Order: sequence, then structure tokens, then C-alpha cells
Amino acid sequence: MANERFTGTSSYIATDDLTMAVNAAVTLERPILIKGEPGTGKTQLAIEVAKSLGKPLFEWHIKSTTKAQQGLYEYDAVARLRDSQLGDDKVHDIANYILPGKVWEAFEAETQPVLLIDEIDKADIEFPNDLLQELDRMEFFVYETKKLVSARNRPIIVITSNNEKELPDAFLRRCFFHYIKFPDQDTMAKIVDVHFPGLKKALLSEALNAFYKVRDVRGLKKKPSTSELLDWIKLLLAEDIPPEALRSENARSAIPPLYGALLKNEQDVHLFEQLVFLDRRNNPS
Amino acid sequence: MLIPFFCMLRDGGMKTSITELLVLHEAMQKGLAGHNVDDFYFLARTTLVKDEAHLDRFDRIFAAYFKGVEDSLKDLMQEIPEDWLQRQAELSLSDEEKALIESMGGFEELMKALQARLDEQDSRHEGGSKWIGTAGTSPFGAYGYNPEGVRIGQQGSRNRSATKVWDKREYRNLDDSVELGTRNIKVALRRLRKFAREGAADQLDLNDTIDKTARNGGMLDIRMVPERHNAVKVLLCLDIGGSMDDHVRICEEMFSAARTEFKHLEYFYFHNFIYESMWKDNRRRQAEKTATLDIAHKYASDYKLVFVGDATMSPYEIAYAGGSVEHWNEEPGAVWIKRLLNTYPKAIWLNPEPKARWDYTPSVKLVRELMDDRMYPLTIAGLDEGMKELH
Repeated sequence: MANERFTGTSSYIATDDLTMAVNAAVTLERPILIKGEPGTGKTQLAIEVAKSLGKPLFEWHIKSTTKAQQGLYEYDAVARLRDSQLGDDKVHDIANYILPGKVWEAFEAETQPVLLIDEIDKADIEFPNDLLQELDRMEFFVYETKKLVSARNRPIIVITSNNEKELPDAFLRRCFFHYIKFPDQDTMAKIVDVHFPGLKKALLSEALNAFYKVRDVRGLKKKPSTSELLDWIKLLLAEDIPPEALRSENARSAIPPLYGALLKNEQDVHLFEQLVFLDRRNNPS
Repeated sequence: MLIPFFCMLRDGGMKTSITELLVLHEAMQKGLAGHNVDDFYFLARTTLVKDEAHLDRFDRIFAAYFKGVEDSLKDLMQEIPEDWLQRQAELSLSDEEKALIESMGGFEELMKALQARLDEQDSRHEGGSKWIGTAGTSPFGAYGYNPEGVRIGQQGSRNRSATKVWDKREYRNLDDSVELGTRNIKVALRRLRKFAREGAADQLDLNDTIDKTARNGGMLDIRMVPERHNAVKVLLCLDIGGSMDDHVRICEEMFSAARTEFKHLEYFYFHNFIYESMWKDNRRRQAEKTATLDIAHKYASDYKLVFVGDATMSPYEIAYAGGSVEHWNEEPGAVWIKRLLNTYPKAIWLNPEPKARWDYTPSVKLVRELMDDRMYPLTIAGLDEGMKELH
């Protein structure tokens, strides 16, 4: 039984509820499903879990065309046909043409690995259903070689979803679930501190204020998230913007500098500029 | 010991299964919950809740159970008025309302008063939600003014420092009691599939390979074909504004499901009925209109035409020139819909109004006649039928 516990790392701030969810998943050897706004560190979590527990990480990134089978293995029939023409000896053993996928690789690992199934909602709507058995029993059958592949050490499976598609109930029942909610200002300060140690207090608090103000603008298509905030602070530092420039009192209706890092959508930028303009007109100071 | 809690979750409308309960027991046996009720709360939440929309409900049930107040289950089912809590985006306050808030002593006082009202409502047990709802013009409508600051679950603000995690109920506005999730809609839309091979050839065509190899005197000649994709094309026309405001949610769900399900999806908006133009962007609908004739010319007749609208209007808007409520239309809407129906033989009308009410509205009857009775309710069953018709 795993007795190491995940508590966040020097570069990743995990809240209490998140640590509990991860530790439950690690202890009971069941997959954990992570949802949340884009940019709140869902993918990063798997990387950090692997790092902090000292386990190898296998990443399986899902695309819209990904099939469940591809994670298990693929049979390269075409290569075998070609080899048969060339009289290659390899051709007599079908196992030579079975290419293991990420799940298989994770099952074969010497020590307990972390398997990241990233953005499972990108795939076809039936995709999670096709993996039920594999995730439950941690084994699958290779029809071509009549071989049963079962996990040597049940991997810690971290699954992320952006909520583009809803996941089937049967799949959800087999997972632990955690919704990373958007961090509050205190947690955010800790996160920024981890990434930019020694950042001036004044700049940090001004930046956070400005950031949450932008987030509060109603009707934004994509609210800026943690990763955008970190990028923005990086830019502020690079440009050496003084904290006063961000202060809202003396420039209450000013657009924060370098806001292009926060708003990624043309319509949002437009909306934001309009609001600022209206604000300026209504409160001439 | 957890079985009563489990039953309460089920009674509270959560779809927690026995498997999940067993997992929770297993986790506790392994000592994960420790001796700390906060830890237990986190553990129970990660095990039993699988949808962020249910987090708030879970928090309420957890609070109710662990306070031993099983009676308060009753008001778990009875929602605090949605329009009052959730339409933060639409709420904008007039100056006098803001002044009212100030006169009540700011938000703290306001919330205390609100709590008192909620408690009072508990003891009344009937029509309670309405009672608060009438407060819409009172300072309580002001909730949207500062939605972040309010925690309904908090029992009085004097012991704020001792607030329990689950009492914070931070997930408040995600709760959805709408049964019709997008997954159901997508599954229904899946009926409408027409597979075709197009795109990059990346699959081995076994029959053709054998055939060509045989003709080639045994020399291998590999043939590839593209994978099969859903090639169905859909033209979606959505009624927007006016009486459709009540159905925005279901239409949004339908729209987002359709968007991910169909690769070839074109959509246009109209108001009440089809006339000589439609538009793609509601914010610029006066400036950027697309002529209906252009639509009919641009998209070939193999597109399936789907109207979504309540078809509730004055019959004049359909049958007469100049009947539109928004502009002067040279030709009646009926003529325009006929033109579209002639171009697209496969067409249906989805109506978010319940079927039982259709007969009471003359315009619905009229539209049904124009559509040759191909009108279906916007429910899972209705979608199912409609997709069969389109196939």
C-alpha cells in the first residue's frame, strides 16, 4: 500500500480538498477525474503528482480523432504485408507488428507509474465507455496474440476534462472527482509566489487587484485564468512596469498595461475597451 | 453509519450509487478520512459527487445531515428563486436601489435580514419561494449587485469565523436541475448520421488490396481508403428574442450539442418567422443580414433544414405581406418558408413549447400545416422522432 502522500510541491499549490482527492485516488488505486476552467492547472497536476511521488509519468493526449484502442495497442497489418513480400523472418510472429499504446506502456512499467489521460472530452462521445473495463480491472486482451495484458502495478490515473462533452455515468462512477475551482485571492498570491519568488508585494497586490477586476467584467467570452495571470506577471516584470501603473485610484478607468496577455479574444478586448470608455465618460475625473 | 447520509443524498436528488458508497467505506477503512470532519467532507465529496453542478446540493445535504437537521431537507428541494439568484448578469441596479442598500446599512445588514427572511420562510412551508421573489423590487433584488459577497448557507453572520467549509457553498450558481443534459441531446442527434469516406486515406482497404494484388500477379499492391466520417449537413435556423426568451436554456443546450455533433453545421437566427433575410450574429443583426435566397442558393439541397422556434405569434406575421413585427416585408413569411422547404426536402420544426399547448395557438397550427406536420417538441423523445424524419 502506498503510504506516501501528495501535498503539493514547491512549484504547485494544492488546496486541501485537491490533496484529499489525489490521495484517495492514490490509496484506492482508482482513476481521478479533474475538471475546471482552462488554465487552472489540471494537466500540471499529473506532472506534479509524478514528480512529488517520484514516479514515472506516461502522458496520453487525446485528440478528436483518438480511439480508445490506440491507447491500448495498434496492429500494423500493412507493415506485415509488406514484410511478407520481402520475405522478412519477422513476419511469422504477429507480435512484431503489435505496437503498444500509452496505457500498455503504463501497465508494463517496473514501478507504479502515473498515467495522464489529457482532455478526455476531446474524443468521441463513446470514448470513455470503451475504456471502462481497462480502467476498472487494469487489464485488456490482445486479440491478435491471444495475450492478456494486466498492469504490473496499478497506475495512478489522472484524467482531465474541459467539459466540452459530458461523460457517461458508468465512467464517472469508477472515478474520484475533483473540480478545481478558480483560486481566491489568497491562494492566487501563493501560486504567484511559487512561480515568481521575491516578487514585490506592491506589484503583486496591484496585479491581483487588476486581474480580478478584469475577471469580474460581465460577459467575457473567456475569463483570464491562472496561467494567463502568470504570463502577464512575467511580462510586467520583463517590461519593468511599476506597481503604481496598475493602481486603480489614480487611473481608475485605465486599461491595465499589456492586457493582451489576459484577454485572448478579440471580442473580449473590444468589450473591455468599450466598458472602460463608458466608465471614463460617466466618471470624468 | 453512512447509510442514512446516503439515503439523504438520494432523497435530495443526487444520483449517488451503491458502488460509490462502498468506495467511500473502503477509503475510510484505509484511514483516509483521519479524525477530522473537514477531511471526511473532502473525501466524501470527491467520492460521491461526479458533477460540479451537484456540488452545491451536496454541500447543503452534508450541512443538513451533520447538523442533525433532517427536516431541512424539505427546503433543499425547494429552490431559492432562480431568477433572483442566477441572473446576475442581467441584474443592473438603478440608483435608487443602490441607495436603498445603503439605507439598509450595506450588505452585511442586508444579508442578515435576508437570512431572517429565509428562516421565516422555513416555518411557513408554503409558497415560500414566491414570498422572497416578491422582494425583487426590494433591496434583495440587489443581490446581483455583489453576488460574490453572499453566502446563503451561512447561519447568521455573527459566527462567520467559524463557518464550515460546506456552509460556504461556493458552487452555488452551477446547480442545474434541468434533466435534459447535452449528453442526452447528443445521443439523440446521433441518429442523424450518414457516413461517408472523405479526407486522408489512412485505412487499409482489405478487399481492394486482395483484388489488386491478385491482378498484380501476387505482388503486393496496398490500397488505402479514408476513414468513415459523419457527413450529414445541417442548416439550423433559430428563433431568437421575444417569446423565445423562456426557452433560451434548452435552445443553447440544443445548439451546443449540435455544434459538436455535426461537422457541417450552418446556423442562422430569425425573429418569430422567416422572411427575406436572417442573420448570424445577434449583436450585429441589423448590419449583417444574409438574404434568405442567398442561403438557399449557397447551401445545397442535401442539407437538412431544422427550425427551432415556438411558432407563437400573430397569424398575420405568417400569412400577410407586411405582417412582420420588425420591418415591412414585401412577401408573407409563408411564401419564404415554402421556398426554403422546396429547396430542402428534408426539414423539421422543433418547438420548445410543450406539445399539449400547440392546439391553443393558431399560429402553431398554421406553421404545422406549412411544415406538413413535421413539427416535433424539443424534448429527447421529440428529437428522436425528428431525427428519424430527417434521415
